Amino acid sequence: MGPSSLAAEIPGSDMIAYLARRLVSLALSLAAASVAIFAVIEVIPGDPAAFMLGLNASPETVAALRAELGLEGGPVDRYLAWAGGMLTGDFGVSYTYRTPVADLVADRLAVSGPLALLALALAAGLALPVGLLAAARRGRAADVAVMGATQIGISVPNFWFAMLLVLVFAVNWQVLPAGGFPGWQAGAGPALAALILPAVALALPQAAILARVLRSALIETLGQDYIRTARAKGLSRGQALRRHAFRNALIPVLTILGMQFSFLLAGAIIIENVFYLPGLGRLVFQAITQRDLVVVESVVMLLVAAVILVTFLVDLAYAAVDPRLRHRA
Amino acid sequence: MRIGFGLGILLSLAALVAALVSFVWTPADPTAMAIAQRLQPPSAAHWAGTDHFGRDIASMLMVGARTSLAVALLAVGIGMAVGVPLGLLAAARRGGLIDEAVMRMNDLIFAFPSLVIAILITAVFGPSAVNAILAIGIFNIPVFARVTRGGALSLWTLDYIRAARVAGKGMARISLEHILPNIANLLIVQGTIQFSLGILAEAGLSYVGLGAQPPTPSWGRMLAEAQTMVTLAPHVAIFPGLAIVATVLGLNLMGDGLRDALDPRLRRAR
Repeated sequence: MGPSSLAAEIPGSDMIAYLARRLVSLALSLAAASVAIFAVIEVIPGDPAAFMLGLNASPETVAALRAELGLEGGPVDRYLAWAGGMLTGDFGVSYTYRTPVADLVADRLAVSGPLALLALALAAGLALPVGLLAAARRGRAADVAVMGATQIGISVPNFWFAMLLVLVFAVNWQVLPAGGFPGWQAGAGPALAALILPAVALALPQAAILARVLRSALIETLGQDYIRTARAKGLSRGQALRRHAFRNALIPVLTILGMQFSFLLAGAIIIENVFYLPGLGRLVFQAITQRDLVVVESVVMLLVAAVILVTFLVDLAYAAVDPRLRHRA
Repeated sequence: MRIGFGLGILLSLAALVAALVSFVWTPADPTAMAIAQRLQPPSAAHWAGTDHFGRDIASMLMVGARTSLAVALLAVGIGMAVGVPLGLLAAARRGGLIDEAVMRMNDLIFAFPSLVIAILITAVFGPSAVNAILAIGIFNIPVFARVTRGGALSLWTLDYIRAARVAGKGMARISLEHILPNIANLLIVQGTIQFSLGILAEAGLSYVGLGAQPPTPSWGRMLAEAQTMVTLAPHVAIFPGLAIVATVLGLNLMGDGLRDALDPRLRRAR
C-alpha cells in the first residue's frame, strides 16, 4: 500500500490529489501551447509588422504599425503582454477589422458553438442506436450492413459529403438553404435551418467512428463474466445488453467523444467554408489571406485551449468513474 | 473480412497504378484547355467528362493521385522517422526524464489538429504542398511515438530482452535489433491508417487552399473549383470525391485486413 494507504482512508482525498496534479499539468499544457503559437507567429517571421504590411510598405507605416501592435519590446515582454491579455479576455485588436478580437470571436462563436453542439448531438444520436443494433445482431445481416456503411462513412471527406447534401437538399429539393447564415436575430427557425446541412456533414464521419467504437466495446463487455451471470439469472440477451453491457461500454465511447471534439473543431473550419457560415473557421481563413496575425494568433490559441480543456474534462470524468486511473500520473 | 481485405488491396493498388501510369500516359493532356468542350458529361472521349476549362477530368484525377499519395506517404515518413525513435527512447528509459518529456510533447501536439498546424504554418510561410506535408507529418509524430512506446514497453519485460541485457547489449542495440523488428507489425498497420488519414487531410487542406497550389493538380482543389459548378454539372464534383473515397476506403480495408492477419488475438473481438 505504501504512501497511498493514508489517502485511501479519507474518502475523496485521492480524487483531490489527482485533481491537483491534473490542474498543474493543465496549466503547463496551456503555457507550452501558447509559447509554441507565439513562437511560430511572432518570432519566426522576424518583424510581424513588416510581414503584415507586405513588401511595398514604407518604413514609416511599418514603424507606425509596430507601435500600434506594441512590438517595440523584446519577445519575452511581448509574450507576457499577449499571454497576460488572453488571461484577462483581452485578445488584442484586429488589424484589418479595427475591432477587438474578443468581440469578433464572440460574434463568430454564436455560429460555430451551436454548429459543433448540433453536430455532436447528431453524431451521438445516430451512433448509439446503430452501434447497439450491430452489437446485438453481431455477425448477421444488420451487423454486416452497419459495418459496411460505417467503413464508407469513415472514408468520405466531410466537405464532399456537404457538397452532395447541398446538391440534393438545396438544389434539387430546395428544402434547406445552400449556404450563408441569416443571424440569430432572424429567429431560431431560419438560423437552425442554415445549420442543419453543415451539422449533418460534420456529424456523419464522427457517427461512423463512434458506432464502430461502441460496437466493439459492447462486444467486449458482452464476453465478461458479469454478463454471463446476468444471463444465468434469467435476463434475455437484449436485457443484459441494455442494462449491463451498455453502461460499461460507454466509458470508451466518452473518451472517443472527447477526442472527436478536436476533429470536430478542425472539420468545422472546413465545413464553414463550404457553407459560407460566418464562424471561427471563416474568420481564421480571412485573417490568413489578409495577413492579420493578431487574429490568427488569438483564434488558434482559443481553438487549442478548447481542445486541451475538453481533454482535461474527459480525463476527470474518466477518473471519477474509474478510481484506478487516479493513481496514474 | 477476407473480401474486405481483397477489395482494400485492389482499391489501393488502383490508386497507386493510376498515379504511376500518369507519369508516362494519361487519356488526354490534363492541362489542355478547350473552352468549347467545357463541362461535358462523361463520354467515350472523356471518361469522367470535362471541367469548366474543358480539361479532361480522368487525366486530372490520375495526376492528382500522385499529389495525394506523395503528400500522405511523406507525411507518414516524417511521423515514423521522428516518432519511432522517440517512442523507442521513451520505452528504453521508462519513467525517466526523457520518457516524461516525450509523452508531454506528444500531449501538446495532440492539442493541435493537423488543420490548425497547417493554418499556423501557412499564416507565416504561405500555402504549398510542402507545408501540407509538414502539417500532416507533425501531427503523425505523436501517433507513431505512442504506438512505438506502447509496443516496446510490453517487450522490455520479456525474458529474451532480459537475456540480451545480461549478455551486455546496450539500450540502443536492443531497441534496434530486438524491439524494432518485433513492433514492425504494429507500425505497418498504424502506417496504413495514417496513410489513409493523410489522404483525407491533404484533400481537406487543398480544398481550403492550404495545400498544393496551381498548376499542381490535386483532388481537394478540383473539388473546390467544382463547388460553384456543381449545380450545372454534378460530375465535376462527383468524380474527384469518388476518387478520394475509393482510395481512403481501400487503405482502411487493407489496414483492417493487415491487423487481422498480423495480430490473430484481435480477430476474436471483432
